[in-house]
Formats: sequence, C-alpha cells, structure tokens
Amino acid sequence: MPVKFLRNLVLLPLFGLLSGCNMVLMQPSGDIAARQRDLILASTGLMLLIIIPVIAFTLLFAWRYRVSNKEAEYDPDWHHSTQLEVLIWSAPLVIVIALGALTWISTHTLDPYRPLSRLDAERPLAAGVKPLTVEVVALDWKWLFFYPDQGIATVNELAAPVDVPISFKITSATVMNSFFIPALAGQIYAMAGMETKLHAVINKAGVYEGLSANYSGSGFSRMNFKFHGLDQAGFDSWVAKVKAEGKPLSRQSYIELEKPSEREPVRYFSTVENGLYGAVLNMCVIPGKMCMNEMMHIDAMGGAGKESHGNRQRLEYDNRYAEEGVEAPAATVGGSGRESRSPEQPEGMKPKSNAPAVKPGSAPEHSGHDHSGHQGHGAKANDGTESKGSDSVAPGQLNR
Amino acid sequence: MFSNPDLQKLLFGRLTLDAVPLHEPILLVTFAMVGLGGIAVLGALTYFRLWGTLWRDWFTSVDHKKIGIMYIVLALVMLLRGFADALMMRAQQAMAFGDVEGYLPPHHYDQIFTAHGVIMIFFVAMPLVTGLMNFVVPLQIGARDVAFPFLNNFSFWMTVSGAVTVMASLFVGEFARTGWLAYPPLSGPAMSPGVGVDYYIWALQIAGIGTLLSGINLIATIVKMRAPGMSMMKMPVFTWTALCTNILIVAAFPILTAVLALLSLDRYVGTHFFSNDLGGNPMMYVNLIWIWGHPEVYILILPAFGVFSEIVSTFSSKRLFGYASMVYATVVITILSYLVWLHHFFTMGSGASVNSFFGITTMIISIPTGAKIFNWLFTMYKGRIRFEVPMLWTVGFMVTFTIGGMTGVLLAVPPADFVLHNSLFLIAHFHNVIIGGVLFGMLAGITYWFPKAFGFKLDEFWGKVSFWFWLTGFWFAFAPLYVLGLMGVTRRVQHFDDPSLQIWFVIAAFGALLILCGIASFAMTLVVSFIRRDQLRDTTGDPWGGRTLEWATSSPPPDYNFAFTPVIHDHDAWWDMKKRGYSRPLHGFKAIHMPKNTATGLILGVLSIIFSFAMIWYIWWLAAFSFLVIAVVSIGHTFNYNRDFYIPADEVIRTEGQRTALMAERV
Repeated sequence: MPVKFLRNLVLLPLFGLLSGCNMVLMQPSGDIAARQRDLILASTGLMLLIIIPVIAFTLLFAWRYRVSNKEAEYDPDWHHSTQLEVLIWSAPLVIVIALGALTWISTHTLDPYRPLSRLDAERPLAAGVKPLTVEVVALDWKWLFFYPDQGIATVNELAAPVDVPISFKITSATVMNSFFIPALAGQIYAMAGMETKLHAVINKAGVYEGLSANYSGSGFSRMNFKFHGLDQAGFDSWVAKVKAEGKPLSRQSYIELEKPSEREPVRYFSTVENGLYGAVLNMCVIPGKMCMNEMMHIDAMGGAGKESHGNRQRLEYDNRYAEEGVEAPAATVGGSGRESRSPEQPEGMKPKSNAPAVKPGSAPEHSGHDHSGHQGHGAKANDGTESKGSDSVAPGQLNR
Repeated sequence: MFSNPDLQKLLFGRLTLDAVPLHEPILLVTFAMVGLGGIAVLGALTYFRLWGTLWRDWFTSVDHKKIGIMYIVLALVMLLRGFADALMMRAQQAMAFGDVEGYLPPHHYDQIFTAHGVIMIFFVAMPLVTGLMNFVVPLQIGARDVAFPFLNNFSFWMTVSGAVTVMASLFVGEFARTGWLAYPPLSGPAMSPGVGVDYYIWALQIAGIGTLLSGINLIATIVKMRAPGMSMMKMPVFTWTALCTNILIVAAFPILTAVLALLSLDRYVGTHFFSNDLGGNPMMYVNLIWIWGHPEVYILILPAFGVFSEIVSTFSSKRLFGYASMVYATVVITILSYLVWLHHFFTMGSGASVNSFFGITTMIISIPTGAKIFNWLFTMYKGRIRFEVPMLWTVGFMVTFTIGGMTGVLLAVPPADFVLHNSLFLIAHFHNVIIGGVLFGMLAGITYWFPKAFGFKLDEFWGKVSFWFWLTGFWFAFAPLYVLGLMGVTRRVQHFDDPSLQIWFVIAAFGALLILCGIASFAMTLVVSFIRRDQLRDTTGDPWGGRTLEWATSSPPPDYNFAFTPVIHDHDAWWDMKKRGYSRPLHGFKAIHMPKNTATGLILGVLSIIFSFAMIWYIWWLAAFSFLVIAVVSIGHTFNYNRDFYIPADEVIRTEGQRTALMAERV
C-alpha cells in the first residue's frame, strides 16, 4: 500500500530524531487523528520526492559552478531547453495530481460532519451503535459540556467511553473559539448563533489535553480542559459521580456561569434545565430575549415588516454585559466609564475609580450622554433603553 | 483636570491623562529610550545643519529614487520595533511555565503579538517591497520618474502616517488585543470597547490609501513609460513581478479598505455587519479579510522572486533560464492567488467539497512556484557563480523557502489542516516563507542595489556575518516551532502548564537572539560601509557585471536617470548593449523636463495623523476640522500649476562630463 509505504518512509527517521519528545499529533489515540497523522506523513512523503532532489541540486550546482572551479562548463547564453521546461512544469504537476486526489478523497472521508464508519483500521462500526452526543459551548474563558442523553453537564472536563463514536455539536456563547483535542481529532471553530459538528472516537483509555485553538481574549491561555477516555464501566461511574456531586444547572445559574472568568475549576452539574443548550445556541437564555430560530422562522415566512422593530431589543445579545454596566474584557483604558468584565484588574492599570470619565452621582441628564459616549452601541442603547434606562437606572449605577 | 466632565469630553473625547500608561515600567523604559533617541537624532540633525537638506532633498522630493530609499529606511526602523516585540514574546514564552507567570500579563502580551504581526506585514514587509519597486522599476525600464511623481510622495507619507499611528498607540492608550487580523466579534464594539482596535483600523486605513495609490502609480509607470523597444516580453523579470504585485495591490486593497470600513461602522455607529446578533455575521469578515489577505501574501513574495531572478543571473554571469516560463509562472500565481483564500479557515465548517476545492487550488500554486525554483536552479547550471552577499541570500532562500513551501502545501490538505491550524506549525510555516522568502529577498535586493543608490558597495565581511546569523537564527527560532506544532501547541498562548515544552521555547528564544545578531551585523554593515565608502566606491555604475538597464547609468544615478532614453533590443538590455560595444553618448545633451518638489504630501500625511487620532479618541470637533483641512489642501493642490521645471542643458553637460572624467580616471 503506497500510503503506508510513504508514511513509514517519513515516520522512521522522524521517530529516530525526535523519540525524546511526545508529539501528540504523530502518536494520537483516536482513529480520526490517526488518519490525519497518516495523511500528513503521506503528503510529506509525496512532496519529499521532489523537495529532496531540488535541495540537493541547489547545493550541488552552487558548489559545482562556483567561479573558482574553472573545470566546470560555462555557457553564458544557454537559457532554454524545451525538454527541461516540460520536465520542470510536469514533475510538480504529477505530484499535485497525486496529492489532489489524496486531498479530495481524504477531505470527504475525514469530513468532521460525516458520521463515523469505523472504529479503527481493523474494526468497522457495527450497525445500530448509538453515538455519545456531547453539546459543547465555548464561554469566556471555559468550556461547558452538555450530555443530553445522560442529562448532565460539566465545565472544563470531558469524558467519553473508549471505542464509542462521539458526536460533538459545538457552539459559542461569546467570541469565536476553536474546539481542539489533539489526541482525538482535528479542531473546528465554535461560533455564537451557529452549530458546527465533529465526529470522532477515542481508541485508548487515558487523559488527554483539550484546548481552545483560536485566540479569544485575555483568559484564552487558560481555557484548557482534560479529556478522559474511559472504559464503559469507568464512564458509567463518572456519570454517576457527576450526578452525585453536581448541582443542578438552571437558566439562572447558567447566566451566572457564562459571565467572564479565568482559570475556572472543573464543575459538575447533576441535571440540566430542559432546552438550555438550544437556548444557548439561539442566544436566548436571558428571559425576554427572542431566539434566533424564532427570528429566522419569521424571516423565512416573509418577515414582519416594520413591526419587527418591536423585536429589536429582544434580539440584542453582544451588549448584554454592557447593559448591566460591566465593561468588556478588552478595555483597559478608562475610556468607557465601565468596569472591567473580567474580575481581574488588568495589571499595570490604575484602579478604575481614578478614571475621571464620569463622576459618580452627576446629574441624571448626563446618563444619556454617557451611553452615546461609550462606543458604537450608543445609538442602540438610546433607542432601546431610553425609556427604562434613564428612568430606572441611576447614573451612579451605570458606572459602579 | 477639568471640573466639568462635559466640557472635558467635548474637548478631548475619551482621552484622559490616564491613557498615558506611565505606570507600566516596560513602557516607561521605552518612553525614555525613544525620547533620548529622538533628542539625539534631532540634535545631530541640527548640529550637522541637515534640516534644510532633509526638507528640500528628501521630505518634499518627488524623485522615485529618494522616495524608494525613504520607504526602506521606514521599513528598517519599523523592523526594530517589530523585532523588539518578537524578542519580548520569545522571552515570555521561554519562561512562563507552571507557576511562573512570566513578565507580561495577558493584556500586554496580547497587544504585543497583535502589534508584531501588523507592524511586520504592513510597516516592514510592505514598505520594503514598495521601496524597492519604487527605486528599481523606473531605472529598469529606462524612465525618468514614475508616472505620477506627486502621488508617489503622497503615498509614502500616508504609509508613514499609518506607522506613526501604530507607534502612538504605544504611548497614548493601547493597541488592539485581537491578533493581527482583528477577527470580530472579538474586535467588535462589545468585546473591544477600548481604543486598541480603533488604532488598528485607522493605521491600516491610512497606510492602505498610500499602498493603493502607489500600486496605481507603478502600474501606470510600467505600462506607459517603458523605453522604446522594451516590449512586455523584454521587460526584466523584477519589473514583471512588480507589475503583477501592483495589479494584486489594486485589486486586493480596496477589499481591505471596505472590510475595515464596515468594522468601523460596527464600532462607531452601531451597525451589525459582524456582530453575533441582529443578523450580523463574523464569518463574512473572516472571508473578506482573507480575500485581501491571501493576495497580500503574493504581493509580498512576487517582488522577492523578481529580486532573486535578477541576482541569480547576474551572479551566475549567465542569462536567466526560461524567461518566458518565469513570466507565465508569475502571471499564473497572480491569478491563482485569488482562488485560495478559504484555506485560511478550513476549520470554520465549510463542506468537504468546498474545502477540497480550495485545498487543491492552493496546491496548484506550487506548480508555477516550483517551476520558478527550477528556473533559478538551471540558471546556476553551467554558470560561473560568484558568491557575493546577494547570491548567498539567494541560495539560502532556495533551500529555506523550498521547505516552507512544502509545509505550506501540507497545510493545504484540509484534514491535515484540522490538526495543524492555529498551531505553532502554522507559525513556523509562514515565518519560513516570509523570512526565508520575502525578508531574505529584500535584504538581498538592498545589498544588490545599494551601490546603485549610494555609489558604494556594502562591506562584504559584515554582510556575510549578517547572512549567516540570519540563516542559522531563523532555523534555531522556527524549527522548534515546527516540532511544538506537532506536539499540539497552539499560537498566541501567554502561559503553558506543561514544563516539558520549555526546552523548545528556550531554543527558539536562542534563535531569536541569533537573528538579533543578524540585525546588528546588518546595521554594522551600513556603518562600516559608510566609513569605508572611498574603498568601496563604484565609479562604473555597474559594480556586479549587471544585465539590466539600471546598471547602464551612473551610481548614484543623476536626478534625470538617463541623459538620453535608451533604445532596447533584448531583455537583458544592458548586457546586450555591453556585448554590442555600446559607448556612452558624450554630447548633444538637451534640457530635461522634470517634476518639481512639493510639501503637499507631507502636509496631508500630518493632517491624516491628526484626523485618525481624533477619530480614535472621539474628539469629534478635531476630526471634522482636520478632515475639512485635508479636503481644502487636496483641492488646493490641484490649483498648483507650478509643478515642473527644466534641468538646463548646461547642468546635464556638467553632470555627464563629471561621469566621463570619473570613468576615465579609473582606466
């Protein structure tokens, strides 16, 4: 099998060279990641067929035709050879055709949206095996995992039984992140209001690293979790442990949980309020908000015309912390008069109380002005919260 | 400061004294260094009475050669800033393991990696490329200047304004903490309400105007101003790559301008193009920015390919192998570079067929690129290779870039990209092609054309020292990142838990120190060469045994480049002229029509800095006022009819006479 031959061609010297370090991508524990590894090695092997001669000839010609070597032939006007031209265009072409075919096939077979058809190279997937479903939510800066079939949820800890297909459904309640367990399978982005999918299987019991691979703000570096590959009995007892030790996860406790925090410890939730993941995905956990799918349904039916303006405030999402008067995590300059969304005061910055943006307790008519001074949401905050904003929220509260 | 907060807000927007980060020790040291350095430079300029020269001969100059040199000076200054960022990141990542936090908290570290990327691409690589094209292209095609000399000066000052805006963020406020492409919703108003992203947007918008205008300028120059006889297929390869690069600039930069304008609307007036809610879609931004971003990669690398083509044939004393296939390869790369942008986000959830399409188009680009490498290889074949510094860079490039190209094709295989995306493997790959390709190319080009620009060669010893430090430094700095990428380590991480990774980061930091030695040796090259300039003097105008037209004129060339416009018969025009026994015309000189200097470009640049600063800090009155002044000055300039003059025949005779005498002296 040529792929296997190419793989070994690259693998053997590589292991000899780097046997000291743990290259997880080269020794993964899940079938998808293993096939991705094979593909990396096969492609590299294919390309080395042309790269090695090129480098060798570069060095050889550089040495042989050096000016001090008077024995080498010198032909200053030789600049064309049809045979060589054909060769230099067709040699890379042949490699690219081979690589392109490999790409087309492997991209389809390893499509993360495609349900698995095998457990590993030797074992096809038996018919009727129900995969483990995990719903993944990226939060600022932690991972929330729902297990709809088990009725539990966890933060920053993921577990799955060995040799059982896992079906991940992935979204974000904040900015873009990327869900990545290198030993298990490749990554896929987590994006708010959208669901991406990943199918994978873990073949070896063990504890593996999981992380966000896409930069998402100040807590990003600690947005890691452990992925436990367990045997079936181990998984069952893990589920029982979560149920025993965990607290219930309601909408209200989710709203507390999703607030930005860093270095979050592992948390267990014994029960999950019905439809919570769907509400997170559709950005409508906060009471009174309209769900995305509801809006999309209205739009699909032709839209609500001018009347939809009434829904505007119910569809706002990104500014949900700003409305509470809490600053977003990226603000360090006392420009917006709001507190940092992150509990940690950014180092090197003076405490916010020194920021003279607005004096607490200034006259009420300033509150509208403060709003428009914050940032782009000024206009929105005005038309959305004007009626209740300036009446019910004291200006002092706005810049706690 | 003011008792009435309303008045303060009206006058200063959100700018307060707190915005000056005096409480950051690292920044305080930087302030002090920049302050002292600035005083030293200003003092020296005053002491040596250089202000007048600087203003008359450089700042207000519309001479393409001087503008080209100023672009390169800007790039080298910004390289120091961008590299300082790199050293800080390497130091942080080499120490922050386990309980050790390192010395950079996330909010500072995140600004540094963003600034590093933005500065290196927009204010180092771009000015290097633009500067080199500006200097070389008119000389190579036998023109006296670019098509629109004032526009050229204006473009340069807009680029400087962008650079100044980025630098200002260091001292007033903060820079973006979003990564160099500022993906929303992280860069949107809800997640990044501070001034950082606004600095990013305005710096890029202003510099982008300059880049776009200089692209139009150089296309017009190449298409309309070639010497008689120079058909398209007789143009030097560097001019060809410059043409393709500028076509890419003109087609790609408006997309960047548009996407940043949409992001500004999100941030300033509360639209929802890229937010999560109310119908916004961040994926649109990611697509749009990469529809600019991928051609940008080729904007940078194509001129480097051009430089290597010139150098390899000059130093092999041999005609370039496969000129026509080199040209077609360049054109094919130009076209294909628009069909690959999605490979930057295979992991965003596109279907398998879409992903494979973009993966395969990416691989197809490696065919013309491979053909180019082979062409250089066969140019060396049966040549007489002189290993002077530019040729060393070229061989270093051919080996390094080939490996970078291989890892690039690997990343184009979507399932492989799923594990390698956003990893340090990716970081190693693009530094491999940008340092090993673009930067090596630009340093080779600077060394190669330096005698043309200043009349003396660069010192060879220090040039070689610099090359070897750069080459070994590059491999020490980035080979560990390839390994770390395979260990599943991703980018932009400020702290690691696993202490076993540390050794690799320490090696990488050592590599960065070697590169620092490379940069220092390059600076040393400039100093030593200036001191030894009399020994290194080039009196012939053709120090390397060159082949293209720029070597036909004196070093440095006179303001008018060529006293008589040469007539071209072959694509190595100067080689052809030498072979046919060309002799310089010694009489019959006429007065030469030239464009006149103007300060308008510089004034507009300064006004643009004020405008962007006002927009960043919400100082609306100042923004409106400076915008108005920009409009008035721009329109006012169109009424300036006093924009050309004649160099009298006497002066041409005198200049050419001096050269004749100089050449006779040598013989």
